[in-house]
Amino acid sequence: MDFSQIIPSMPGLVDGMLMTLKLLALSVVGGVALGTVLALLRLSSNPLLSGFAKAYVNYFRSIPLLLVITWFYLAVPMLLNWITGTFVSVGAFTSCLVAFMMFEAAYYCEIVRAGIQSIAKGQENAAYALGMSYGQAMRLIILPQAFRKMMPLLLQQSIILFQDTSLVYAVGLMDFLNAARSKGDIVGLPHEFLIFAGAVYFVISFGASLSVKRLQKRFAV
Amino acid sequence: MSMISIKNVSKWYGDFQVLTDCTTDVKKGEVVVVCGPSGSGKSTLIKTVNALEPFQKGDIIVDGTSVGDAKTDLPKLRSRVGMVFQHFELFPHLSITENLTIAQERVLGRSKDEAMQKGLHYLDRVGLKAHAHKFPGQLSGGQQQRVAIARALAMDPIAMLFDEPTSALDPEMVNEVLDVMVELAQEGMTMMCVTHEMGFARKVANRVIFMDRGSIVEDCAKEEFFGNIEARSERARQFLSKILQH
Repeated sequence: MDFSQIIPSMPGLVDGMLMTLKLLALSVVGGVALGTVLALLRLSSNPLLSGFAKAYVNYFRSIPLLLVITWFYLAVPMLLNWITGTFVSVGAFTSCLVAFMMFEAAYYCEIVRAGIQSIAKGQENAAYALGMSYGQAMRLIILPQAFRKMMPLLLQQSIILFQDTSLVYAVGLMDFLNAARSKGDIVGLPHEFLIFAGAVYFVISFGASLSVKRLQKRFAV
Repeated sequence: MSMISIKNVSKWYGDFQVLTDCTTDVKKGEVVVVCGPSGSGKSTLIKTVNALEPFQKGDIIVDGTSVGDAKTDLPKLRSRVGMVFQHFELFPHLSITENLTIAQERVLGRSKDEAMQKGLHYLDRVGLKAHAHKFPGQLSGGQQQRVAIARALAMDPIAMLFDEPTSALDPEMVNEVLDVMVELAQEGMTMMCVTHEMGFARKVANRVIFMDRGSIVEDCAKEEFFGNIEARSERARQFLSKILQH
């Protein structure tokens, strides 16, 4: 075992990690936003809207993420092409981002839905009684409380997503795992680099998981 | 002049009828107490007044506006009617001042300063100005309910609805809330109160409504309701004998 070659490869590995984190951050923001919209649709009294959201969630929770990533790699450029009528080059990053957002939204939707339902009906009534519209009641009263309650679950789901971003290897995006793998191949030490990558994933995921638990205890008080 | 006019209101949950042909009237400046056994529909009835509970038959007119009309701007109507809930329903993620000002600013479009001034004025009136910067969780139940009353008053309502405002309170906190309500009644606020506090009813109510199984069984002046018990219905006498015994 020779781990000394990892030091000179650091710049490439750091670039890979930055790509992973960028993908993660944007996917979480987009996924939570889309998931929140889906949750509101799902809780809507309109059967068409709630039916659509339910079908969306069930569909994306029943197919593999790797399938969505490879499928969107082909579908997103085609779709944009069809919409705009001109050829648009979107690249692996954008198509992966769209895939993660749409896939994760299905999971975030269920978390947000449970969060909204955990806020007592009386809070909604109080907001309405003060003359607030549905949008105001959600934005100002229900969602802020719901997000506080479900923060640990949202973070836990995001830690899983952090690991799952490594699937972008399938479409050739240079994330952290892909960077480690290719560097390892170049210097002829694939084992060492994969072990190192595993250690980094473990430290970040487990560390984040511990912080979430601590946060959960603090919020519970 | 009639402020709240409830006309033949009926409501069903599926096949189960919760309100049957309820008709009554609350005039401007009048204090009406609604009582009755639990499950009699009194909370449901009061919530139909500001459309928190929809109803299928009849109509309710609040200051000339029909609650049942699909074209009515319900948020606007609700912003003119104050409501106080059994479980206070202060917003726990907002400070007391934010609780007092958020609807003034977002719904009525008042400036921050105006809303704050108004909010603090009513907070002072319920005797809690010193707690302005706390959060609801730091206050006792009685204090929270007084803040909830101040929050409703800060909207300058034309009438106030109280839905069992003291039944979730520890006994020693009931009076601090009732005192605020009595003061309000004496100042001429139009009030509809679902409550079992017969002392409050005797003191300030103009009329008492007794409900049983979704219907209004008694609707008469306070003096008649308490003074002429023999003329009351069997159910009302039973109810009164149970709650007035002690």
